[in-house]
Amino acid sequence: MTEDDLDRNRRHFLTVATAVTGIAGAGLAAIPFISSLKPSARAQALGAPVEVPIGSLQPGEMVKVLWRGKLVYVLRRSEDMMSRLAEHSGDLRDPNSEVIEQQPEYAANATRSVRPEYLVVEGSCTHLGCAPLMDFDVRPAEDWDGGFFCPCHGSKFDLAGRVYKGVPAPTNLRVPPHRFVRDDLILIGQDTGAA
Amino acid sequence: MARIEAEVGKPKGGFMKWIDDRFPFTETMRYHATEYYASKNFNIWYVFGVLAMVVLVLQLVTGIFLTMNYKPSAAEAFASVEYIMRDVEWGWLIRYMHSTGASFFFIVVYLHMFRAMLYGSYKKPRELIWIIGMLIFFVLMAEAFAGYLLPWGQMSYWGAQVIISLFGAIPWVGDALVEIIRGDYSISDITLNRFFALHVIALPLALIGLVFVHIVALHEVGSNNPDGIEIKEQKGANGVPLDGVAFHPYHTSKDLVAIIVFLMIFCAVVFFAPEMGGLFLEHANFEPANLTATPEHIAPVWYFTPYYAILRAVPDKLWGFILFGLSVLLPLFLPWLDRARVKSIRYRGWIYKSALTGFVITFVALGWLGLQEATPTYVLAARVFAVIYFAFFILMPYYTTIDKTKPVPDRVVYHD
Repeated sequence: MTEDDLDRNRRHFLTVATAVTGIAGAGLAAIPFISSLKPSARAQALGAPVEVPIGSLQPGEMVKVLWRGKLVYVLRRSEDMMSRLAEHSGDLRDPNSEVIEQQPEYAANATRSVRPEYLVVEGSCTHLGCAPLMDFDVRPAEDWDGGFFCPCHGSKFDLAGRVYKGVPAPTNLRVPPHRFVRDDLILIGQDTGAA
Repeated sequence: MARIEAEVGKPKGGFMKWIDDRFPFTETMRYHATEYYASKNFNIWYVFGVLAMVVLVLQLVTGIFLTMNYKPSAAEAFASVEYIMRDVEWGWLIRYMHSTGASFFFIVVYLHMFRAMLYGSYKKPRELIWIIGMLIFFVLMAEAFAGYLLPWGQMSYWGAQVIISLFGAIPWVGDALVEIIRGDYSISDITLNRFFALHVIALPLALIGLVFVHIVALHEVGSNNPDGIEIKEQKGANGVPLDGVAFHPYHTSKDLVAIIVFLMIFCAVVFFAPEMGGLFLEHANFEPANLTATPEHIAPVWYFTPYYAILRAVPDKLWGFILFGLSVLLPLFLPWLDRARVKSIRYRGWIYKSALTGFVITFVALGWLGLQEATPTYVLAARVFAVIYFAFFILMPYYTTIDKTKPVPDRVVYHD
């Protein structure tokens, strides 16, 4: 075959077709590998809801539970704690829970809870995931109404898990899906037939 | 034997000829060692490349032995490390060599990179060597990070939590990406298992491949030298650069001295201060991972703290991530940011000399600040130093252009 016999268009078409098919094939072959990195069926099953008995929880007390390996705080707020929630709204980044991903619809209220007394939030700072510490003492001198303090990078949250302005955490603490099964039992991780 | 034959020419017969007819052994030895000419005026700054190779081998060998006893599962990892430390014969030595080796890897690599900044080794025609080197540095960071999770201590867990959460700051895909990195809804057994795979297979393979390419690129262009002169431009009648000496045996025997001194220091640390007062092995990591309590004070291992200080200085999640990423990536562009006509600091003016001095002070200061608690004063200091850090790179095209340089000689010179 001489140079003149070459059908360059045909050769070009074959080159492009082979390359495109090859890339598409490689792309499709990548799907199983990337999918294998996602939470497995077992990991999803282990993410089943957890029950938290709250019958013995006194006002001002908090319990920590693990749901999907994530820390969840269940705080029973006292009358005093609840009365102070509205006082510092001006210092908060999202006082009215307008960032919709951070809580289910039924918790997008003034107390960010199903029942005003009980705060259920993930104990995971929205900055970089450290567990915020309880700092419930009111210190008027520091203008502190009590809340959570993240030891890693100094983010502050109030007793509804709402983030203060001027700290690295961008959003309020996340409220996980949850519901009251009974007056003394909360189910975290499930909210069908919500409270 | 092979070397002597290489000097007189291709072996005429015998075993080496049999090999060379089938594999380019003699040719490769000549190209990369006995007839690879590097400048005769190398100083101490030129030993850190070889030392990085020594540490790489140390890490590979000790790592292989550690995997023989380590169990990559959340339930067993911490205990298996304790088992290595207490029950495996010499296990403590192998583990301390590995953990100390990680810190020494970074010491050596940082000094190696600083050498390039001193003598302009990243400048044309060595841009690609620098870029490959930076890729090695990135893989090394990933390798160290993945390895740090494996003991499953408090700092392993919460350090990983912080760094993985960083990727959650990326708009739109952040959360999905974090879930794919972890393979779970939180850092778990699954995460530990895959970090083990990355740490012992994927990243070391990438590291070895990149080191190979780094050296191939270096030997193609030829090594820089403290004068920043291209020695290939002044060749003798025999075609050998006048200022070059053969890598083997001349540089190799010199490197051997450096290796011995290095190993003396390395052993001193392994035997007498493997924790380095909490710098090389952090105190919080002697406690098993506790998912319900973050340690009061979180700091990464020292070699990440300069970048961590920058992250912490930014009071915004997304911008923190962007500036953190930028602080790691910026050195990649040095070959094009530096507009000076000379390579070596010996022939540069006072501006670059001051800038580089300021940069070193800034880098060390940020490293120190990243280890401290984030008090308002320290955060303010970190912000000031972060600005200087970025200014060093961003203003470089300007100040290297106006800087007064001295004439560069044709041949290397000795400074006493």
